[in-house]
Order: sequence, then structure tokens, then C-alpha cells
Amino acid sequence: MPNQSRVLMQGNEAILEGALAAGMRFYAGYPITPSTEIAELAAERLPKVGGRFIQMEDEIASMAAVVGGSLAGVKSMTATSGPGFSLKQENLGYAIHGDIPCVVINVQRMGPSTGLPTSPAQGDMQQARFGSHGDYGIIALTPSSVSEAYYLTIRAFNLSEQFRVPVILLTDEVIGHMREAVSLPDPSELTVAERRKPTAPKGEHKPFAPDAKGVPTLPNFGDGYRFHVTGLIHAEDGFATSNPKLVDQAVRRLTNKITDNIDEIYEAEQREIADADIVVFSYGGTARAARRAVRMAREKGLKVGFYRPITIWPFHDEMVRNAIAGKKAVIIPELNLGQMAREVERVAHGTTTVIPVTKVTGEILTPAEILAAIEEVR
Amino acid sequence: MAIAGKIPTRKYLRQDRLPHIWCPGCGHGIVMQALVRAIHNVGLSQDKTVIVSGIGCSSRASGYMDFDTIHTTHGRALAFATGIKMANPELNVIVMTGDGDASAIGGNHLIHAARRNIGITCICLNNNIYGMTSGQFSPTTPECALATTAPYGVIDPSFDLCKLVQAAGASYVARGTAMQARMLEKYITNALKNDGFSFIEAIDQCPTYFGRKNKLGDAYAMMKRQQETSVSVSKAAAMTPAELEGKQVVGELWNSPRPEYAKSYDQVIAKAQQGGGR
Amino acid sequence: MTALATERKPRLFTVEVNTTYCKGCEICVQVCPKNVLAMNDRLKANVVNLKDCTGCLNCEIYCPDFAINVEEVEANA
Ligand code: SF4
Ligand code: SF4
Ligand code: SF4
Repeated sequence: MPNQSRVLMQGNEAILEGALAAGMRFYAGYPITPSTEIAELAAERLPKVGGRFIQMEDEIASMAAVVGGSLAGVKSMTATSGPGFSLKQENLGYAIHGDIPCVVINVQRMGPSTGLPTSPAQGDMQQARFGSHGDYGIIALTPSSVSEAYYLTIRAFNLSEQFRVPVILLTDEVIGHMREAVSLPDPSELTVAERRKPTAPKGEHKPFAPDAKGVPTLPNFGDGYRFHVTGLIHAEDGFATSNPKLVDQAVRRLTNKITDNIDEIYEAEQREIADADIVVFSYGGTARAARRAVRMAREKGLKVGFYRPITIWPFHDEMVRNAIAGKKAVIIPELNLGQMAREVERVAHGTTTVIPVTKVTGEILTPAEILAAIEEVR
Repeated sequence: MAIAGKIPTRKYLRQDRLPHIWCPGCGHGIVMQALVRAIHNVGLSQDKTVIVSGIGCSSRASGYMDFDTIHTTHGRALAFATGIKMANPELNVIVMTGDGDASAIGGNHLIHAARRNIGITCICLNNNIYGMTSGQFSPTTPECALATTAPYGVIDPSFDLCKLVQAAGASYVARGTAMQARMLEKYITNALKNDGFSFIEAIDQCPTYFGRKNKLGDAYAMMKRQQETSVSVSKAAAMTPAELEGKQVVGELWNSPRPEYAKSYDQVIAKAQQGGGR
Repeated sequence: MTALATERKPRLFTVEVNTTYCKGCEICVQVCPKNVLAMNDRLKANVVNLKDCTGCLNCEIYCPDFAINVEEVEANA
């Protein structure tokens, strides 16, 4: 490929490089293992490109500062891990409710609570979807390689701007700390979505009026629109309302702007599904072992396919249903007690056997363990 | 002829949002007007000034002011404001918060914003009570006062917010009252001129909950009391702690400029671009 | 006559109460040094004695509801 440089880097480093390439220029964070490298690199790299880094007093404050930075017109992000992700839910909800773009990296670790800080886990899958109170839609992406962490971080920023929603990059300790070669493209070859600007004149522009996709166009603070943002349910003009019709519209829009545009948002890797009897459904760091297990099974002559959601939220019911329809079983290895298996079970609705392969020992799942589960189906 | 001190306050308000939700006699409107007058005095551009508030009665102020405004989450106004100021230091950032919002749930953000001396003017409307949730005691409710969650009187010692913020590093600290609204206007004016973290404690009245529960009379009676219990900085200097019991010291308590945080970060940028750092 | 011409003309003011905004707290009545304002039977502030108004702005500054606007009447030409 032209204009590419191959660099050996850690997952967390790739995330920061991706963010910079996407135009992130404000980072507010709080140290927490195993995501701290991202903050350290942001502190070093951002000022070099004229961006700004701040280490806040706590996780809650760093999420608040990111929302503030984004409203001031700067692409903003933070990174955290389990306990910090819990603390961020309050202002993450604010960003969702206020249609405020931003990116939150969660390098998952074992929980609950302080858990095992340096051990890999995928225990925040449901929290990423439902962690903040109330009803809403959210986008979460899960890389399964260092290179993908780079590209998905860029995509996270792009989706965040396009749909004016926080995007969570749900990675794990495996990817965060792994070193791999990444082909860094020339920045000119990247697609980078910029903040959409209002087209209606000042005084007439309704900051929360949705476009055809259900996405509003907020101005930035300082643009002269003098608009209001509130965590209260608000009408299109941004001011609080309790009018049942307007409340209903406002709340449904937050979910619909994601579900209605799912085909634009969703990505998945599918391999050898067509002739498969069994599908292995896996994501993130675990998908590496799963892919290997599928290859081993194929080598043994077993008809096994592989489905890897790259966009984990929204969950694409239809695509998953098509992939598992008529199969003997779907095997779901994950480093939790079956958080995504729940979703697949919901979609399978009893028509395909769903077999969770769970592990919460603080260790990764091995290809052998997944292969064993595949072989048991026969 | 123009009236001396007359300020076109309406220009700074979203008049279509008025009347506001505050109770009759609530001091928040008086403090909000003092702020608007100060903004006019300093000549801040309405297009380049952001008003950030938290949650509570006083934090509803942002919605009535014709600027870029944001009504954030409970206690977090200063953290949002920090992000706004850091991302775009050209914006003037003003925080309106209440005693509970700033010093209970938001206490950590308050001391750290002060420590950084970030260019934010924070006005804490202190009415000694949680008004929006109907009268629970806050960290500034005086000991022995009654509140719905202290039916036998408050046993928690109260915070001196100005001392707290000064100790944490704010470069401008002043305390005023709604009853001394012109002085309050002057302090806020000076606060806005200070390039750093400025803190104004604006003591005002909640006649509905604090006043009624503690039998303090109507709004004006509460305001008179603010005046009676106020001691100026110069007078206070000659008074013993016993004499100061139950009084509040009003005036400019601290004015000591030091480098503003976002400007200090400009130096970080310069260093990084010269190839410094690790 | 010449003495009168150098005498300062009394300044005249208008005090306008926006009754939609007024919540009847009576603060303006209490802070007016000239008893220009009084509450009416609908519990709204009312101008009852305009000629004594000195334009001190107390009522405007202390009204928590932005209900009062004091203006000077331009000198009768
Ligand atoms: S409850 Fe108290 S603080 Fe709240 S609006 Fe009423 S008087 Fe003001
Ligand atoms: S101070 Fe304002 S709200 Fe109160 S009575 Fe007077 S005009 Fe009405
Ligand atoms: S301006 Fe002064 S004198 Fe005139 S009505 Fe108001 S308070 Fe009274």
C-alpha cells in the first residue's frame, strides 16, 4: 500500500495515535490501570499538535470536562477502565442526552469493583449499553487487534460526529497492552468527519431539531448562537419541557437515531458462515483465540463459521439472526458470565442452541478451550 | 440624562423564558441581576461568554441568561466549565452554583478548580439550604438550624466557603449578600476582571424553606438580617472570634493574582513544540 | 426670573412594573426610600407616588423578578 509506514506499537498507543489522526485535540483523564498509557501519551503528544491535556481530580470530572470541551468545539476524549467507567456513567448520560459527541475508551479489566486491575476481562459489555439511567441508544466498538484499535478509534470519532453521540471503544487489557505492527496510513488517506455546522441563521436555528436521520446540529459555544443545553428533557429549542408529546419525541429520538441508522453504524466480520453447522460468535481480544479455534476445527473437517461483531452496540439483530439461522449451535466465548450470549439468545429465540463459553479467572480463553466446546457439540 | 448606575439588564436576559421559576422573594434573582450588571460593567461579549450551572434552584439561572448556557449535572458545573475553558481559552466562563451543589456533591471540583487557578468566575449562591428538594440542610447550614433532614437541629459544623476556596488556591475571593447588591455587583465585576479562578460567595435568601423552617420572616426580613449579621473585612480585623460568632465577613477577602491555568498550558504547548518533555 | 433659570429642574422618572413578572414579594416597597411603591389588592407592586421618585434604582436592583424598570424622563423641551 502506498504511503504507509509500519510501526510496532501497543494497543493503547494505537488508540491515541488513531485519536490524534481523527482530530482529537482535547483529552481529560484520570489515571487507572490498564488504560493509563493513553493518558500519558495524550499528555505528551497533544501539546505538540497544539491540543490540550488535563488530568482531572476524578473520573466524574474528566467525563464532565470532555463534554465541556466538545461543546466548546473541540473533538474530545477520555480513557478509563471498569471502576472509572462506572463513575463516568453520570456524565456519559448527560452527553447522550445532550447529543454531545465524544469518545470514551474503556480498557476493560476484571470486576466487579476493584476486581483484578491488570487482568483481562470483557465484563462491561452490558454496562456499555445500559450503564447510565434512562432509555437511550449508544455506539460501542470492539477492536481485536492493535491495528484495528487504531482504525476503530478514528471510526469512533467519525461516528460520534455524524450521529452526535458518545462512542465507546470497548477494548480489553489484552489488546490494550499487546504489541503488534500497525500500518499507519498517510493522514491524507483517512476519512475524518468534521463537526457539522448549523445552516439556519442565528436566532432561527433550533439546536435540537433533528435532521432526516434524527440527528440535531448543535452549534459550538462561542459561535454566537447563544443556545442552552440542559440535562432536563428538552424540546428542539433546548429548553426543558414536560409536554408529554415532546418528552416522548425527545426520548425516542435518542434511541431511534442509533437504531434507524444501524446499517451505517454496524460492522461485523463473518467467515465461512454459509456452509457452517456451528457458528462461533466472538469479539474483542477473545475473538483472536476464537478465530484460531475455528481454523483448527476446519482443519479437522468440522463445518464451523465465525462471526465477529466489530460494532458491538447497537446489536444488529437481523444480521446475527441470519448468521445463526438453521445452525446446530452458536458458541459464544467471552471473558464474562455470558453478557453477549444473552443478546444472541434473545435473537435466537430458541431456534438455535446457544452455548456460552465463559471464563472469569483473570486469564484469557485459549483456542483449545473454544475448540473443546466446538467438538462437544457433535 | 441617563441614571447613574442604570444598566440595560434586559438585553442580557432571555425575556421569553421569564418569569423565572423562583419563589416570591427568592434571593437568586437579585444575585443574577448583580451578575448581569457586572458582565455589563466589564463589557463581556454575549457571544463569547458561557454560563455554566449545576443542579438546584440557583442553577436554573443559566436558562434565563442570553449567552451560551449549560445546565449540567449536580455538582459538576466546575468540571464542565474546566473542559470548556481548556478547550477554548478565549471563552469567558462563568459558573453559577449553589451551596449544596458547590460544596457537597461538587466539593472536590471546587477545590481543584481553585487549586489550578483556572480562568473561571464561580458565583456560589449560598442560601444555606437545598431549596429544590424542599429544605434539607447543606454544608453551609448553620449549626442548630432546622431543616427537613435535621428536625432536631443541624449538628454538622458548616463550611466557610471563602476560606476553603482561598486555602485551595483561588486568586480572587469575595463575599457579599443580596441585601448589599451593589457591593456584590462590584465584587463580581472585579472577579470577572481577575485572570484566574475567582470565587464569589453570594449570601441570599430562601424564604420558602430556610426562612419558613427557621421562622426568619419574609424575604425582606431575611435580607435585613443579612445586613445585620455582616461585618466588613476591615471591621472584622479588629474583632475577636467570639465577637465574630454568627456573623459573616463581607468584602474582598483575597486578591492575589497568579498564573492562570490555561495560560500556563500555553507554555506547555510551547515547550512541547520546541522538543522538550521526556 | 434669572434666579429660577439657574435652578436645577427637578428630575422626573418613570417606574414601570411588569405585572406578569411581579410575584408580590414586597421587596421593592421596602427598599424604596421615598414610598413610591405599594402593593395593590392583587398583590402586585404598584406605583403610587411617582413624583417623589429620585431614580435611585433600589427597586430595580432588588427586584428578584426583573419586574421593575426605572427610566429618566427626558427633560421637557
Ligand atoms: S425554594 Fe428557596 S431557593 Fe428555591 S426558588 Fe424557592 S426560595 Fe428560592
Ligand atoms: S420586588 Fe419585584 S416581584 Fe417583588 S413585589 Fe416588587 S415588583 Fe413585585
Ligand atoms: S427608583 Fe428609588 S425612589 Fe424611585 S421608586 Fe425605585 S426605589 Fe423608589
